Amino acid sequence: MTSRFDPHVILDSLGYLFLEGMAFTLMLTILSGIGGIALGTLLALARLSRRPLLRVGAGAYVNLMRALPLVLVIFWFYFLVPYAAAWLIGASRPVSVGSLTAALITFVLFEAAYFAEIVRAGIQSVPREQVMAGQALGLKARQVTAHIVLPQAFRNVLPLLLTQTIVLFQDTSLVYIVSMTDFLGAAAKIGQRDGRLVEMYLFVAVVYFLISLLASHAVRRLAGRTGAPA
Amino acid sequence: MTYQWHWSVFLERSPEENGTYLDTLLLGLQTTLATAAAAWILALALGSLVGILGTLPSKSARVLTAAYVELFRNVPLLVQLFLWYFVLPEMLPFAVGSWLKQLPDASFVTAVIGIGFFMSARVAEGVRAGIEALPAGQRLAGAALGLTTAQVYRHVLLPQAFRLTLPPLTSELLNTIKNTSVALAIGLAEVMARARAMQEFSFQVFEAFTAATLIYLAINLVVTLLMRALERRVAMPGSGSGPP
Repeated sequence: MTSRFDPHVILDSLGYLFLEGMAFTLMLTILSGIGGIALGTLLALARLSRRPLLRVGAGAYVNLMRALPLVLVIFWFYFLVPYAAAWLIGASRPVSVGSLTAALITFVLFEAAYFAEIVRAGIQSVPREQVMAGQALGLKARQVTAHIVLPQAFRNVLPLLLTQTIVLFQDTSLVYIVSMTDFLGAAAKIGQRDGRLVEMYLFVAVVYFLISLLASHAVRRLAGRTGAPA
Repeated sequence: MTYQWHWSVFLERSPEENGTYLDTLLLGLQTTLATAAAAWILALALGSLVGILGTLPSKSARVLTAAYVELFRNVPLLVQLFLWYFVLPEMLPFAVGSWLKQLPDASFVTAVIGIGFFMSARVAEGVRAGIEALPAGQRLAGAALGLTTAQVYRHVLLPQAFRLTLPPLTSELLNTIKNTSVALAIGLAEVMARARAMQEFSFQVFEAFTAATLIYLAINLVVTLLMRALERRVAMPGSGSGPP
């Protein structure tokens, strides 16, 4: 150790760490949480559909994503998205997209597989009689799903969805490997510039710990109030 | 789309090692499996110990267990690896710290310890849940037979709890294998790092990543089948804990 622990390097970079790094991390977490739950719900409905093609297709997608490490999926999309964008707009060369867009596409597609399993458990926790009662009222299948099954399913698994979002919050730190400036990336850049990795990584660990701990306690309190499993 | 597929790239010589790109990928597979196996043994040992502590009557043991689990579960794995790799050697006395940094397999050792501790918190949660899922009568019946607490755990609770915990432990084992890929950030030459190096040297991005994908799918399939066979083998007749 060249010198003692120096808190100034942290204090001096707080603005960059939070306004750039943490802002990116939180934006990525919230947007991919919303997108992942939306796509995950569609996948869960497809997995429970009566059409074999939908069922098998969604099942294969979910199982494929869950078998692969997130690191691999991040690399895949980091290189694939520019080609896909070129193909979409008919360009002859790969198009560079912003890092938030590339990360967002990756995390929505990846986390949707995990959210899908949670939503599927939620749908299956709604008693059959609820569906039958809806049909007896003359509702169409789509209406039964939208107005009777899904609202109850979401309520039952809300704590699990939020817990998965906390996992997602921690997972976003992996964008470091493609050199994006999330919270960890920002801290690493400062730490490498000033030769202060010890201070920066300790600070990053404390911040992640406090946010995740507070969030998971809030989820547990919510679960206790609604009686749903945490 | 302008991408030129070029599948024979796997048979070209890699500048990294004495062999083809396929050889380097297989070396990566070896490293992945060795890291995962060592980390899993550590996670299983530590996690079982901590999980059992959490079910003891002692209040302080339960508080310690909860603190342990919260500590390792609320910090991202990548950050934990950085703490073990960059921060810990600086916190130790100078001689010990520099010895650690100069270990020939520093990345491997760090990955095993970091991933092992990270996964041990999840194993602990699984083992604790398994023990708590058993009817309270099991523990009481053991005590009524005059068994000591240690004997109740050894002969009554743990044999049942571990059987109950096998399916969640299987998914934690798969997570351990997948998590070894995070260690590429501290320089471990596992499958993903090898695929990435292949992509950088040969420019054949998608062939390299396809190979890594197939390797992970194959590992997943083999481990799942092995664990199902294990579940069947250890299932207690009539307990309903094994697969149908």
